[in-house]
Amino acid sequence: MKTDMHMTIDRIKCDGHGLCAELLPERIRLDDWGYPIIAPGPIPERLAPLAQRAVATCPVMALALALRREARTN
Amino acid sequence: MSGLRLLAGPDLRAGAEGYGDHVRRLGAPTLAGRPLIEALVQSRLTGRGGASFSAGVKWRSVASASKGTAVIVANGAEGEPQSHKDRLLMATRPHLILDGAFLAARTVRAASVVLYVGQEHKAAYAAMERALAERPDVERRIARMAAAPHRYVAGESSAAVHLIDAGIATPTTTPPHPRERGVAAAPTLMQNVETLAHVALIARYGDAWYRSAGRNGAVGTLLITLAGGVKKPGVVEIEAGTTIGEAVAMAGGMSEPAGAVLLGGYFGVWIPAAKAWELPLDAEALGAAGLGLGCGVVGLLPSSRCGVCDTAHIMRYLAEESSAQCGPCFFGLRALSDACSRVAERGTNRDDIARLKRWAVEVQGRGACKHPDGAVMFLRSALSTFSEEFATHPAHWRQQPA
Repeated sequence: MKTDMHMTIDRIKCDGHGLCAELLPERIRLDDWGYPIIAPGPIPERLAPLAQRAVATCPVMALALALRREARTN
Repeated sequence: MSGLRLLAGPDLRAGAEGYGDHVRRLGAPTLAGRPLIEALVQSRLTGRGGASFSAGVKWRSVASASKGTAVIVANGAEGEPQSHKDRLLMATRPHLILDGAFLAARTVRAASVVLYVGQEHKAAYAAMERALAERPDVERRIARMAAAPHRYVAGESSAAVHLIDAGIATPTTTPPHPRERGVAAAPTLMQNVETLAHVALIARYGDAWYRSAGRNGAVGTLLITLAGGVKKPGVVEIEAGTTIGEAVAMAGGMSEPAGAVLLGGYFGVWIPAAKAWELPLDAEALGAAGLGLGCGVVGLLPSSRCGVCDTAHIMRYLAEESSAQCGPCFFGLRALSDACSRVAERGTNRDDIARLKRWAVEVQGRGACKHPDGAVMFLRSALSTFSEEFATHPAHWRQQPA
């Protein structure tokens, strides 16, 4: 068992300010209307501090980090 | 099959069957509580609102969450423009639905029952209201009507909860799912009206009886709406597993040769007619083929009509029906609709086709509810079924879809 960090977004709260994509371009890009597209899969550990900063910086508090346990076969 | 189940009984043209006649014809239900939940699980009955989720599993989950506070919502919003089955059932057999709703209330120990009915379905609303007034006091006391606004998303479960609680029929962020925290923050069992009507019969005749109908491995019966190029459009009750071709024959056959079939209504997918004919109308079998039964609409596109233009009209409708809460849905569907309209009106162009393909993937999964997902799934099926037509579409703008 391993605990993975995932980024979640409240789509109703999100107003497309776009700060998240500036702070975490490795995982987040913006669509043609300025709304974030989050890359699938867990956030790598080395990006965790930046992900936390993106969450804290969102002006409408639409971003969150969730820990999920992923069952591993190996 | 010996005959109809939900639509058995007096002539449908006579309107709603009264409570006295209903009880004389069918007697009282014999199953409730845990044995009913077990019968529902064994019956393999699935929800008929579009999601095709196991009714028994849903009831079990709400029953275990309920502390006598749960709420039952009979969902008769039927916002899908091509679907007529729910309003027909409500207008003619309201007591089957009410039986199911009150059986649910007893079984999950609910404190209240809400009959959520589309306000534009006037005959259905009036029939449900009259039927409720005919029920025994103990049932009437805990039940009330709620009018679903004439919006596509009003039938979505979190939107229904939002309307009943706050008068606003827009979806809310999930989780929490209404099953855990719904109306008045209580565990809420939301079930389509057709599903509840099946429950009313399973509670009388049992799960083996339910499974005794059905073809090609499918079980039970279902109501479907035939629309577009058929001789007798409307609602028919079929055995699950009946093929699309056979269902069309029940509606008097095609009015002219069909080029494609829209399965599941505006939230559904286009399928080339040649491929559609042999498909069984059954949630499980269609799911295995990567398709869905949805709310059971089978719409035929006559080959004289233009699939691109019909798609553009439907995309316009779906964009306008966004509740404008989530950016990717509000802006994305509007942009997709505009691009479809440009292809339809001014003729095809590479840029718009490329945009349609890219956006149809990008918008997926990026709304609080499934409205944008349904819209882009519909569009992707159009781009594949009508790929030639999209690539060669001339500048014309054909009629509104039927």
